[in-house]
Amino acid sequence: MAESKFHASDFELAPDHVLRRWRLPALAIGCLALAASLVGANTSPTQFYQAWLVAFLYWLGLALGSTAILVLQHITGGRWGATIRRPLEAAAATVPLMALFFLPIVIGLPILYEWARPDVVAHDHILQQKLFYLNKPFFLARAAVYFVIWSVISRQLVSWSTEQDVNGECMKRARRVEFFSRAGMMLYVLTITFAAIDWGMSLTPHWYSHIYGLVFGIGQVLTAMTLMIMVTAMTADRRPMSLVATPERFHDLGKLLFAFVMVWGYFNLSQFLIVWSANLPDEVPWYLDRTTGGWQVLMIVLLIVHFFVPFGLLLSRSFKRNPRTLVRVAALLLLARYLDLYWWITPAFYPGHFTIHPLHAATLIGIGGVWTWAFLTNLARRPLLAFNDPMIALELEKA
Amino acid sequence: MKPVLPLHGVMAEFDNPTEFVAAIHAVKSAGYEGFDAYSPMPIEEAAEAMGLHGNKLPLMVLCGGIAGFCCGYALAYWTGVINYPLNIGGRPLHSWPAYIPVLFECTVLFAALTAVFGMLGLNGLPKHYHPVFNVERFALASRSRFFVCIEATDPKFDLEDTKRFLQSLTTVEVSEVQP
Repeated sequence: MAESKFHASDFELAPDHVLRRWRLPALAIGCLALAASLVGANTSPTQFYQAWLVAFLYWLGLALGSTAILVLQHITGGRWGATIRRPLEAAAATVPLMALFFLPIVIGLPILYEWARPDVVAHDHILQQKLFYLNKPFFLARAAVYFVIWSVISRQLVSWSTEQDVNGECMKRARRVEFFSRAGMMLYVLTITFAAIDWGMSLTPHWYSHIYGLVFGIGQVLTAMTLMIMVTAMTADRRPMSLVATPERFHDLGKLLFAFVMVWGYFNLSQFLIVWSANLPDEVPWYLDRTTGGWQVLMIVLLIVHFFVPFGLLLSRSFKRNPRTLVRVAALLLLARYLDLYWWITPAFYPGHFTIHPLHAATLIGIGGVWTWAFLTNLARRPLLAFNDPMIALELEKA
Repeated sequence: MKPVLPLHGVMAEFDNPTEFVAAIHAVKSAGYEGFDAYSPMPIEEAAEAMGLHGNKLPLMVLCGGIAGFCCGYALAYWTGVINYPLNIGGRPLHSWPAYIPVLFECTVLFAALTAVFGMLGLNGLPKHYHPVFNVERFALASRSRFFVCIEATDPKFDLEDTKRFLQSLTTVEVSEVQP
């Protein structure tokens, strides 16, 4: 067994590890940027809420995408999942923090969403018909339900995983984890669909797309996977992580990243092709708003950095097996994820007119700094490997 | 009288994958080129040791995919623009977004067919006869044992030397492979 060769302390993030040292600087930068955002919120509140929404959805993607992958790897099994389980759990445990960052959206609701402005609704017959769903109390109640569900999923899985470190592997618990994860996966897909409709699609309340939620979901999973690859590559330089994070595991993670990139492209194309083919006046404006007045440049950049470049690079086997090269494409995709959300959300406020504001950078860094601090703190708190997992124990025994 | 054919080669048997992979490395570094390894299950390290990953198949599949893309585009363009032009909702005849599903399918189809037939072409399957089966214990290659066979066509091959060399690598058995 693993205990004979390693102590639990061997699996902890080394005291001088760069990820440990980044915690306080991240928090400091985040707080500074948040302070700057609040100053900006005084002078231009509209831009603040608009920027906050994009930044919030971006960092939420890391927390929730990690929860989704965590649930997925508990269902499917496999060594790749056991290898990245701890970083996944560290990111999933930040869901309650993201609930805190949702509060500005609650405050800025009438500024962001036109269905929350009674004067607009009074003159809009369609919005009056949608009032039973798109109204403030129900919107907030739904948001509360989403955050409760997500927090329960991540909290429960993290606590079972910690139990495994202390008490060892137990069949009864393993079965419970798997059952819970199946329910969790269904709940994730349902809640992310509704959350995406509430927070993103209702910005253009006349427009609808059935695949909107899934595009959001795969975006989150993709975002989380890029982070997991980067963290695994950064921790794989020392024993015992290096025994587990082998080229085979990076190959697995690279293949998954490749698959997620393709699913992202597939979902996006599905929506586009249906809207384009039908060519209906209540559907096409969404694309017209995003392909005119400068937005088309962002769209072309997105197609290149979010699809064609990663697709081409990830085709190569040796590229996926080498952590150094894989990390580069992961970093590119992590950046592309923000551009994608920006292209999805911001044109709703500025249709056909490309706009960017310094508050976008401030909110992105603000939430991001605090989030990174929380993530790294979670990561440093527990062993980097779920060493009692049978898969991991097997790998360590071989070494 | 039966014609006397030259020996196919010399084969060593292994009972564990670790020795097997080590033997492949040793055979390779001893300078042998014409050899093959047989295992009941895929062993990533063995394929790596033999240097099998640098083969031409991925490139062939890529070319197959590109050819499929081009054929699909030609098909869609020819039917939609040249052979049977039809005004659909006032769209231009050359409406490429509508081609995407066809292009995707053709790319995947051609790439997959290239992968299957390219694989068969490169590994020479199906084969109705192969000398390695003349070694009786070779049937275990699909069960529990591992084999490395150095073929007589290799310029470095020398029956006695090669046999002694393989005997130094394995604890199980070394046998001559009749043609």
